[in-house]
Amino acid sequence: MDLNGLTLTAVKKGLLKKDFSSVELVKSCLSQIDKFDSQINSFITVCQETAIKQAELSDEEIKNGNDLPLLGVPIAVKDLFLTKDVRTTAASNVLKDYIPQYDATVVEKLKDAGAVIVGKLNCDAWAHGSSGENSDFGPTKNPWNKEYIPGGSSSGSAAALASGMCIASTGTDTGGSIRLPASFCNVVGLKPTYGKVSRYGIVAMASSLDSIGHFTKTVEDNALFLNVTAGKDILDATTPDIKVPDYTKNIKNGLRGIKIGIPKEYATKKEGIDENILRVFGDSLKQFESLGAKIIEISLPHTEYAIACYYIIQPAEVSSNLARYDGIRYGNTRQNFGKEAKRRIMLGTYTLSSGYYDAYYKKAMKVRTLIKKDFEDAFNKVDAMITPVSPTLPWKLGEKINDPLKMYLSDIFTVTANLAGIPGLSVPAGFINGFPVGIQILGKHFSEELLYRIGYAYEQETKFYEQKPNL
Amino acid sequence: MDDKKYTPVIGLEIHVELKTKSKMFCGCLADYFGHKPNTHCCPVCLGLPGALPVPNKTAIDWCIMIGLALNCKIPNFSKFDRKNYFYPDLPKGYQISQYDKPFCIDGKLEINVDSYKKLIGITRVHMEEDTGKLIHSMVDGKDVSLIDFNRSSVPLVEIVTEPDFKNSKEVKIFLQKLQQVVRYLGVSNADMEKGDMRLEPNISLKITGEKSLPKYKVEVKNINSFKFVEKAIDFEIKRQKEILESGETPAQETRGFDEKKGKTVSQRSKEEAHDYRYFPEPDIPPIKFTDLEIDSLKKAMPELPDEKFKRLQKEHSLSEYDSEILTREKSTADYFEEAVKIGKDHNVLPKQIANTIINKKINVNNVLPAELIKMIISTTQVAAIDEGELEKIVKMVLDENPKAVEDYKNGKTQAIGFLIGMISRKLNNIKLDSQKVKKILERHLN
Amino acid sequence: MKINVSNIAKLANLALEDNEKKSFEDQLSEILNYVEKLKELNTDAVSETSQVTDLENVKREDKTTPSLSQEEVLSNTSSKHNGFFKTEAILTE
Repeated sequence: MDLNGLTLTAVKKGLLKKDFSSVELVKSCLSQIDKFDSQINSFITVCQETAIKQAELSDEEIKNGNDLPLLGVPIAVKDLFLTKDVRTTAASNVLKDYIPQYDATVVEKLKDAGAVIVGKLNCDAWAHGSSGENSDFGPTKNPWNKEYIPGGSSSGSAAALASGMCIASTGTDTGGSIRLPASFCNVVGLKPTYGKVSRYGIVAMASSLDSIGHFTKTVEDNALFLNVTAGKDILDATTPDIKVPDYTKNIKNGLRGIKIGIPKEYATKKEGIDENILRVFGDSLKQFESLGAKIIEISLPHTEYAIACYYIIQPAEVSSNLARYDGIRYGNTRQNFGKEAKRRIMLGTYTLSSGYYDAYYKKAMKVRTLIKKDFEDAFNKVDAMITPVSPTLPWKLGEKINDPLKMYLSDIFTVTANLAGIPGLSVPAGFINGFPVGIQILGKHFSEELLYRIGYAYEQETKFYEQKPNL
Repeated sequence: MDDKKYTPVIGLEIHVELKTKSKMFCGCLADYFGHKPNTHCCPVCLGLPGALPVPNKTAIDWCIMIGLALNCKIPNFSKFDRKNYFYPDLPKGYQISQYDKPFCIDGKLEINVDSYKKLIGITRVHMEEDTGKLIHSMVDGKDVSLIDFNRSSVPLVEIVTEPDFKNSKEVKIFLQKLQQVVRYLGVSNADMEKGDMRLEPNISLKITGEKSLPKYKVEVKNINSFKFVEKAIDFEIKRQKEILESGETPAQETRGFDEKKGKTVSQRSKEEAHDYRYFPEPDIPPIKFTDLEIDSLKKAMPELPDEKFKRLQKEHSLSEYDSEILTREKSTADYFEEAVKIGKDHNVLPKQIANTIINKKINVNNVLPAELIKMIISTTQVAAIDEGELEKIVKMVLDENPKAVEDYKNGKTQAIGFLIGMISRKLNNIKLDSQKVKKILERHLN
Repeated sequence: MKINVSNIAKLANLALEDNEKKSFEDQLSEILNYVEKLKELNTDAVSETSQVTDLENVKREDKTTPSLSQEEVLSNTSSKHNGFFKTEAILTE
């Protein structure tokens, strides 16, 4: 296998054993980008020179017997994460030429862990979208079928990883923006508990909903990566001071006796949900049972209100967070916002405006309490939940772009986790007509260790991650 | 204003800039005065993408102290909110402020207006952040605005009063009192001229005797000095009176005070009402106080002017007049008490010290308290003598001079002068308070 | 639901083309109609959630930390003058 096709775990072993060098590994990724990214369009900026330089320094460190969690490992970063001196665009013309004066905390942590950043990844501009089509730098294609969307907003992050252009990638998840593209591209995506990973230095979308996560090829890789990014940040007041465990430690403990809840609102046949997806989902449940888990039906009664609740709160916070882009201190003027950004800014401005605040925003905050409580009640009965990630398979490029509401409805299974602040792990669960299908494992606040245990057992049993797209 | 038909209804919005070391939501230096532009900025106060606010603990404590000094209630739950509007000096496009759950509410402050006392209601005291500074300039022949963000995010405390003021004099006295309190607390220099205390009065007129508030109010901005406070308010009252007398109602608007012309001017650009779209600040968890915490903040506060004013009178037998002057500034009061302490060992009375400081206009920064005592001892008209000591000496002199005593009792009142002289000799001829000694002698003789 | 798109755009500091205004009006109406759904729920006795962390009292000590240099602050604009950001004249207060 080419070096760029290895998992993070395998790469770490190989680098340590000196089977190959970081330079060889990084060059392998860069060459993949060179060969295929004109078709996939997952990168906005490729850091060819600095990556190789960083790889050379990493090799020196490895030679000297030093080790860091991600030393010499080529990763890519969603273009919402500020990288000092490296252009950061948020995939928008507003920030087309913006060169940040500082690194996001997560970027600092990754650099301190020795990671080599090969480039900045394409996404829906400002993270507004579920398909990757809202980028001002052109849509990203799904490596499994380039006429189809890879999912969004972390479109480039999933596509680049699935295409073997990096060993891991970062993303953000405000309403499903990691879990959806992970599910559409056959990779593992984690939306951590809100506040688990610092938001400092990452272009804010909706402050009370943004979760900072990442994509990897396997569950164990994912746990390794979270060890680096998780933890309290004094620059982010919403990160609690909780000790970060070693997320890989208990990952192989298995599922015996674990109670897994299946919310009936997510798993019942109804209009808008592809039957094939329900079938694949049902198959996964059988797998979990065979692994020793106890499957219990539960209910999250306020699920049908989640999208309405989300699409009031999120645009309201978006409208405020995008107010700083006035073109005076940096960036281009507000005329450069794309249609989706303008739409959300206006929607948010409207619902917050005088006379409407109570009816919309305040109401939505109350419904949020109800949704949060649904999960709290359910987690008294079960240890974790499993649900499909998307009601449909990936759709064709351009299919939903003129129907914003239709696009919003594709978030139906994912927004609830953001409203409640809980973590969700999306893992590959099979294929339908050549398209990957994922499932998500949800747990209560700070239960990432359990999610990894469940995900790992399932992944090792099914090994869907071994399949690669034919580029 | 002597007009009986209309009574002014004035409420104040005052901003006090705190002199913390760092800014409200980031670690940049808060002291911006006189520095080169844009040299104390960071991602947070510059509003760069991705930056997040973390509140300054000291700033919050000081805001609570101001509230406590104004006799406010401190609710157990408080939070920050976003106030959304666009302006070039507001880097985030919103100001982090407090909307419906401010740190302090329902306070009051008593003011002494020459002939009467008045209680001014304090509606609320809350925390917010300052904006950058906009400077109008001409560059390459074009009119431009230059922006300096050194001031952006410096902590501001906003104090809102009830519309309890009836004239400009009350307002001025209140401001002076507030300035004094804030300076006593050591939380701000509260210098109007430097911009660390800002005033925006809301002024309207109601028909005298009417209970309800007028249906309009005019906000006046840009009053940059104590000396303009009364002028600006008086002008505005007069202006409104003229409009009302002509049968019209003054427009609800914001007006700016033009120093040079001495009048308030309508501000075109601010005529639309702002829709600030307040919502709770998601980046900052709420602030909760326990009763214990508020108590310890109370205990940590220095003695306030009113308390000190009363205590100095009681403890040191000072007049209201003396005490008022000595407590105008905390440094003077502290100096006085230091001098009193030293003076005790040298029989120098607090009254003498007070008189010297006040009448001789002592610069407390140039003369050490000990030096002051020395000065008093050497130049004072009379020496202070311990009462008991004096009594002893009086008795002794009376015993030793029976003839003078008899003379006095026989009507020769001038003998008392002789006795005072004898007493003085006993005390090595120091200058005595002859009135005092006379009184004691008379007491003994009669 | 009739939305005054022009007013909203003004509040939001966005300049919209005339053709944009119409399509936004339609799309926003559709979305707002959808979110009306929340009215089906009785939330009288429900408190609002504005934070999901359960954190309280997160503050920092009053200490100074290094700032950006003036050069870094001004590095992303070409409209500057003598260390200041420069913008069109704002009608003075």
